[in-house]
Amino acid sequence: MANALSQQTQIGDALLQKNRMRLGRLFIYCPLAVMAVLYLMPLWVMVVTSLKPLDEIYGGSFIGPPQTVTLDAWRAAWSQACIGTECTGLKPYFVNSLLMVIPAVVLSTGIGAINGYILTKWRFPGANFVFGLLLFGCFLPYQAILIPMARTLGLLGLAGSIPGLIFVHVAYGICFTTLFFRNYFVSLPDELTKAAMVDGAGFFRIFWSVILPTSIPIIVVSCIWQFTQIWNDFLFGVSFTSGGNSPITVALNNIVNVTTGRKQYNVDMAAAMIAAIPTLFVYIVAGRYFVRGLTAGAVKG
Amino acid sequence: MSTLEIDRVRKTYGNLEVLKEVSISIGTGDFLVLLGPSGCGKSTLLNMIAGLENISGGEVRIAGKVVNELSPKDRDIAMVFQSYALYPTMTVRQNIEFGMKIRGIPPAHREKAVRAAAELLQITHLLDRKPSQLSGGQRQRVAMGRAIVRQPKLFLFDEPLSNLDAKLRVDMRTEIKRLHARLGTTIVYVTHDQIEAMTLATRVAVMKGGVVQQLDEPQTVYDRPANVYVARFVGSPAMNIIPGKIEIEGGSATAVIEVANRQAARVSGINLSSQAASKYANRKVLIGIRPEMFSVGNGQTEGAVSVDVDVVEPTGPDTLAVFQLGGVEVTARLPPKQVSARTPATLSVDTSKVVLFDPDSEELIN
Repeated sequence: MANALSQQTQIGDALLQKNRMRLGRLFIYCPLAVMAVLYLMPLWVMVVTSLKPLDEIYGGSFIGPPQTVTLDAWRAAWSQACIGTECTGLKPYFVNSLLMVIPAVVLSTGIGAINGYILTKWRFPGANFVFGLLLFGCFLPYQAILIPMARTLGLLGLAGSIPGLIFVHVAYGICFTTLFFRNYFVSLPDELTKAAMVDGAGFFRIFWSVILPTSIPIIVVSCIWQFTQIWNDFLFGVSFTSGGNSPITVALNNIVNVTTGRKQYNVDMAAAMIAAIPTLFVYIVAGRYFVRGLTAGAVKG
Repeated sequence: MSTLEIDRVRKTYGNLEVLKEVSISIGTGDFLVLLGPSGCGKSTLLNMIAGLENISGGEVRIAGKVVNELSPKDRDIAMVFQSYALYPTMTVRQNIEFGMKIRGIPPAHREKAVRAAAELLQITHLLDRKPSQLSGGQRQRVAMGRAIVRQPKLFLFDEPLSNLDAKLRVDMRTEIKRLHARLGTTIVYVTHDQIEAMTLATRVAVMKGGVVQQLDEPQTVYDRPANVYVARFVGSPAMNIIPGKIEIEGGSATAVIEVANRQAARVSGINLSSQAASKYANRKVLIGIRPEMFSVGNGQTEGAVSVDVDVVEPTGPDTLAVFQLGGVEVTARLPPKQVSARTPATLSVDTSKVVLFDPDSEELIN
């Protein structure tokens, strides 16, 4: 009797606990859902606005789904919208950004890799000091160097050009890429380089044949990081280029801010999304390496 | 011709002297083991022979040629590392032929050399695998294969067995010995394991604090250690070092050892030169007795000592008995089941092998 009773209470307890757990889950999921909605709201507004005709937007529909779906705004943003006096759309600026971002990413990642290699496998007196100085660059507020950098670019004859912008991005990307590669290479055993030296390999041979092939994850991390940073940069773009050499972020700003007549909300939204697509694309394609590369430690031999 | 001469070699880092005038010389086909605890400078010395560390003073000569200023690849050496240092992204084949590729050896020759080495080390079936797919012992073999194809004048081994488990370590030890017998190449081998040194070496250099304590054949190092440090480092369990006194009676030396609550033990018939005998007569010395020099006696033999056995540790083939003698803890290696704990026993000592050390300098007395 007592046994049965205790069993019953046990079952009751279990049920209660299950309910309590459900309640707990509810408390977790509800705020999460609310947060997600809140976070995704602007994106939703961007997408639906970009697909609406302008009249519908001015008719008062803002958050609701479009009554008539049209890609006109996307087409306009890509190839017709006026930026300053030229009505070319974002296309040439998108190309500008690509012309800037690809060499800048390749150069800064390459230099970072060599820096990391030297700082870990070919240590020299004061290596830590040099690394410290490079780290300092990570914390530098870019606003502080605008004027000296403008002067430097002027002296180099690179002012207002895409190569100039590449130079700036490479210079300020090196501190981050060096940090990535140094911390990755530090976990590679030094005996690996020694073995290669005994095998007769020199500085660059060891780098190409032994070190780099083991570094795919960190190369991907560095590329994603640099691509996102450089593509999204506005400050350097607006400061060091002008007119037809501007990157897409600057052109986007001009589309949005310099309009005559009615504000073309749908075109603005489409343009903003066009500007964001490459970084999204890169992250989706290589994102899994990103997490892996950031968490990967030693390469177990 | 592949001799190695290390001539008054020094290594300093700033004011820190890591190696103090080390001189070692070995002949063609010798197997030199550099033995010592961590931090004694043995790996530094090996790296200096390899050319991976600068030489601060003195000369290293390989086959009579000074190599101080040569880079590792020009020294005609091959090296096996503790972590094996296999290139992680290359297959076993690519690992082994990497060095040959750099030296521009044609593919046909490379393939032949890789085949030969792989057959010698029985890794032919592993040639297309990556290092991460190999076990510790297999990686070890690949690392040796990489060294062998070089056909160097000198093999350098940097603690190659210390990452393996105990069983595999013994197997690979035999393997290395067999390889040495087969190839006949001069080898320098660094280890902190005295058993490896004893089993592999033709010459052992025991090192401590950047100084070579003794350079000799392994059996000599074991039987006649140059000082108390070497005596304690080589052999397991370690040699017992017991304080005592020397008495000379009619040309024969007797060591007198104080035993608590008993009559002093007298170990007579110790070999001593007449010069040493006169110098150390009635003086204090350190008496070195290896655990296996003890045996169970009947109390009448010369050099018998009566002791109270404290602890017995059976190891299988024999039993270690621990007791107090001359105020220190002493271990004897005895046949099984001959003594038991907390009981008195009479042990005799093989006096012909007993060694004596000076109590101040701790050097061997000849």
